[in-house]
Amino acid sequence: MIIYGVALLGVCLLVGVFLGELLGQIIGVKANVGGVGISMLLLIFLSHWRPIKEKLADGAASGVLFWNAMYIPIVVAMAAKQNVVGALSGGWLAISAGVTAVVLSFALVPILSKASDDPRSLSDEG
Amino acid sequence: MTETLIAVLSKNALITAFAVVGIIIWLSYWLSDRISAGRIHGSAIAITVGLVLAYFGGVQTGGSKGIADIQWLSGIGLMGGGMLRDFAIVATAYGVDLKELKRAGGRGAISIVLGVLISFTAGAVLAVAFGYRDAISITTIGAGAATYIVGPVTGSAIGATSDIIALSVAAGLVKSILVMTCTPLVARLIGLNNPSSALVFGGLMGTTSGVAAGLAATDPKLVPYGAMTATFYTGVGCLLAPSILYLLVKAIVE
Repeated sequence: MIIYGVALLGVCLLVGVFLGELLGQIIGVKANVGGVGISMLLLIFLSHWRPIKEKLADGAASGVLFWNAMYIPIVVAMAAKQNVVGALSGGWLAISAGVTAVVLSFALVPILSKASDDPRSLSDEG
Repeated sequence: MTETLIAVLSKNALITAFAVVGIIIWLSYWLSDRISAGRIHGSAIAITVGLVLAYFGGVQTGGSKGIADIQWLSGIGLMGGGMLRDFAIVATAYGVDLKELKRAGGRGAISIVLGVLISFTAGAVLAVAFGYRDAISITTIGAGAATYIVGPVTGSAIGATSDIIALSVAAGLVKSILVMTCTPLVARLIGLNNPSSALVFGGLMGTTSGVAAGLAATDPKLVPYGAMTATFYTGVGCLLAPSILYLLVKAIVE
């Protein structure tokens, strides 16, 4: 049943976000720390767990895959609700700070992803 | 008649959003095929169209939610809001390769801390270049260059004025919009074509919406890896900026 997949997603998100809030409180920051990331890990682990795996194979996976496929449309809606005017109204300081941060971060991607090893050379390592 | 139509659209806001986003995507994929011969990905065009619409929505209504401030399009706000966005991001984790996660996990963690430091420094240095001399303003603007959540959280924690907080939000928004639009353009240049570099990318960029959209427009298969690290970034930023980084800035400028 499709609802099992949707409910599994829902439970993963709620538990993950809850843990993220708790983590934020423990380290004393007013933000959710990795809630969505924890939810993702939960989903990965739970979907390999026998009883859940069986339900997923029995049609419940469609409930997860539907939302997986809705991801890009949701991101398009997200783009359409951004405060683009607000971003531009910050003037040159906001724009140059944003641009510099992005350019430097982009530049670090190849350095960090190759820093310790080449991903392909390790492809047979567990 | 127009009134009735608008009333129906407003009453069924989320459904309206589904229809409108569907049309935007259909149009964008058509443009991608016909105009760019498939060279620019349809979703990259759709995201850009979304941002352009957000701009006009903002200009027309004077609000802060882009096109979602137009009443009959308010469903876009729900569809593109944090709740459904996070729900769909979690769904992308289904079928993720655990081995890839483990292999690049360490580098992903380093990239988060490094990402916060790099963006913070960029924002802080530019704040100084633009004439700010007090530690509170410099720190808040630096934090905003991390993400538009780290900025206001830091600003209110250390007592920044509201115009500085608004500036920090703007810096974070610029970053997020740039990541959305530029990622597919630079993906090849920076080797963003495997799970491991996507993990590092998410950690370095940190803006969940930017990473989510940027990777979607580059290669949807990379989304879960980048989103995973990006969701920790704001928390780490909120931890470092008002504490260690603020003290550091204070020690340097005062």
